This record gives sequence, C-alpha cells and structure tokens, in this order.
Amino acid sequence: MTDLASAPKPNWFSRLAHPGSFMAWSRPIIAPLAVLTALLFVVGLYLAFFRAPLETENVGTTLPILYMHVPNAWLSQFVYGLMFLAAFGTLVWRHPLADVAAKAAAPLGAGFTALALYTGSLWGRPTWGTFWEWDGRMTSTLILLFIYLGIIALWRAFEDQLKAARIVAIVTLVGGIDIPIIKFSVDWWNTLHQPASIVTATGPRMAGAIFLPLILMVLAFTLLFLTLHLSGMRTEILRRRVDSLGRQAAMRAAP
Amino acid sequence: MRAFAAILGRDLRLATRIGGDALTLVLFFVMVGAVVPFAIGPDRALLAQLAPGIVWIAAFLSTLLGLDRLFRADEDDGSLLLLHHAAIPLEAIIAAKMLAHWLLTALPLIVASPLLAVLLSMDMPTWLATVGALVAGTPALIAFGTIGAAVTVSLKRGGLLAPVLILPLSIPVLIFGVAMIGAPTGSHAALLFLSALSLLAVAFCPFAAALALRVSAE
Repeated sequence: MTDLASAPKPNWFSRLAHPGSFMAWSRPIIAPLAVLTALLFVVGLYLAFFRAPLETENVGTTLPILYMHVPNAWLSQFVYGLMFLAAFGTLVWRHPLADVAAKAAAPLGAGFTALALYTGSLWGRPTWGTFWEWDGRMTSTLILLFIYLGIIALWRAFEDQLKAARIVAIVTLVGGIDIPIIKFSVDWWNTLHQPASIVTATGPRMAGAIFLPLILMVLAFTLLFLTLHLSGMRTEILRRRVDSLGRQAAMRAAP
Repeated sequence: MRAFAAILGRDLRLATRIGGDALTLVLFFVMVGAVVPFAIGPDRALLAQLAPGIVWIAAFLSTLLGLDRLFRADEDDGSLLLLHHAAIPLEAIIAAKMLAHWLLTALPLIVASPLLAVLLSMDMPTWLATVGALVAGTPALIAFGTIGAAVTVSLKRGGLLAPVLILPLSIPVLIFGVAMIGAPTGSHAALLFLSALSLLAVAFCPFAAALALRVSAE
C-alpha cells in the first residue's frame, strides 16, 4: 500500500511537466521577473536615449528606433523557435505542458513581429524615405506575421483544445520547416528584382557605446517575453481548469 | 496498387458526377483572370507585363479555395473514418486523393490557360513558360493545400482557415513560379527550385496530412 511518504519524489522533469507543479513553482518568480524586466528597460532606455551617440554615419538621429526594432525582430524569430520546440514536445514526447507553452507563445510572437514591422516602418521613413520596402527581410517578417496569425486563428477554431494542440503542432512544424525555404525564396526574389536605389540599411557599426544598450534592450525584451509567457501559461492552465469545472457542473446539473 | 487506383477512380467519378463541381474551379480561374483587366485597365502592354503574375494569382486562389473538397465530403458522410482502416496505409490514400485533386483542379487550370493567355495578351513563348511553370508548381500547391485541408477537416466552420494557413507557406511556389515565366535571368534556376519544392512537398505531405487526419479523428 503506497502512501504519500513513499511516493516517488518529483524530479526535475515532473516539476516541468506536471501542471500543478508548474503552477506552484512559477507563481513566486513572476513578480521578481517583472521587476527585473522593468529595471532592465529603465537602464537600457536611459542608455539608449541619453548615452548612445546620436549621430552615426548611415543612421543619423534615428538610432534610438534601432533599440526597439532589433529586440522585437530577434524575439519574433526566437518565439517561433520556441513554438517549434513546443510542437516537438507535444507530438513526439507528449509533454503535458508543451501545448500550453505553444498556445501562450503564439500571441506574444505575433505581437513582437508586428512591433518589429511597425518600428521597422518608422525607421524606414527617415532612412529610406518610405514606410515599406519589399526587401528580403521585411517581406520575410511579414510572411512570418501571417503564419503567426494563422496559428492563432487555428487555436481559436477548435473547441477541444487538446485536439487543437496536436493539430497546431503539426502546422507549426510544417511552418518551421518552410520558413527557411520562404526566407531563401524571398531573398532570391529580391536579388532578381533589385530596386534602382540602394535601400538596404546596413545598420550602424557596432561601436561599444551603441552595442551595450542594444544588448540590454534585447535582454530586457527577452525577459519581458519570459514574464508574459509564464503568466500566459498560468492563465491558460487556469482557463482549462475553469472549463473543466464548468463541464463538471453541467454534468452534475444534468438530470 | 489496386486499392490506390480504386481510391483514385472513386474520387474522379464522384467529382465528375452531377453532385460534384469539377469545372466550377476552372470557371473561377478564368473569371479571376478576366476580372483583372477591369481592375487595372485594358492597356495590352501592361496586361502582357503583368500576365504571369495574374495567372499565378488566379491559380493560387482557385487551388486554395478548392481545398475543402479534398476531405470534406468524405468526412461528412463518414467514409474518412472507414478509410483509416483500409487495405493500404492512410498516407497512400492521401496520395491517391492528392493525385485525383491535381487531375481535377490543376490539370483543368492548365488546359484553360490558353484562354487566359488570350485575355491577358500573353505571347506564345510566355504562355508556354506559364504552362511549364504551372505543371511544375501546382503539385507543391496541392501538397501544401492537402496539409491545410487535413488540419481543418474536423472544423465545422473551417471556411477560409485552410487557405489562410497555407497561403504564407506557399509563397515560395508563387515566387519561383512567376520567376520561371517572367524573370530575365534565373528562370532556369527557378524551374529547378520549383521542381525541387514540388517533389519534396509531394513526398512529405501525405505523412503530415495523415497525422493530422488521425489526430482529428480521435
């Protein structure tokens, strides 16, 4: 007769995999993470706006947009990589929380991609004279945004979220394999249709004074994503519990 | 082999009967091509320049909108569940359905392309290149589309979700397809890329689609 004392102790895997465990250990770290994120943002923004050299060769006074744009662009790809891993976790390893992670990450990834496009547009106007340019990188990011939005739509189309999890995992994997092909084809297309003027912004040379705030902002945004992701996962688990309780109440109420 | 041919024949026969809509997609394809000059003006030089793109967009839209036919009818009357237990693996059944779908969707498009060529004032070499591009590229479109159809098969109101999912993934097909026709340089490279993409997509998509169908059927 097994009792609680002799039950196997949770190892690191079950701490990650068991929803109850996850809720327990994630609760106390969200507030400190949020504080750390805010701190990094304050320091990073201060350095970006008041300490970085404003006049650089190809970018001029628009440099601060860089500190917003680069972290968003980096995160848009990082989050998809995370979703790709989570898709593996759902399909191959049947990890119980992998689909929760994927579902929480999708809107965040879409948001960062949209912000990357938006800040890129704002940067493009003074730099290239136009809000939008069909160059390789912007086009690939736009397609990535569409893929994110399609995945979010797919999540919302299913009533049974567990079935949705595996379906979305398949789509995420197919998308992940296709994204390098898309990137390659868009770059190839761009070389065929090279516009008349030189429009590719090569980006400022990474002098130290520019680089440090950039790293800090990237770190700040990544921590922002981590905080939002963890709390998103918690919300999703709570949402599923609410659904389950609702179904149980409905079953009890049925004659 | 007989089972494969049986599925192929069944799909073809069902689509060409009264209840099927075999030629509606072709009509849509031609109509999209015919509607574009109303939107951009009847300037023949401009139309000739834009023709490869217009034909590919029309082919894209027709293929994407026709995706539902792959599995919807079978899902609705329950035969999809039976097909899970067929003599040949589900992947092979999907391959047969893909072939039937190509024969019913893409082949009529290719046959109808001379009409579009005339409407959009394409000259002969351009049209020949268009046919080649469609032959090389539509298998990839159908393959991606099959994944989209399999993923949305259990949704009651899937609607436009499959096209929305598949369109971003199919953009390389569009890029290489148009480049095969219109690009001054690199059209040979485009043909190779497009063929590679088609072969890869056709090879791998039955497995992804079968997985999606199995998950949907649980």
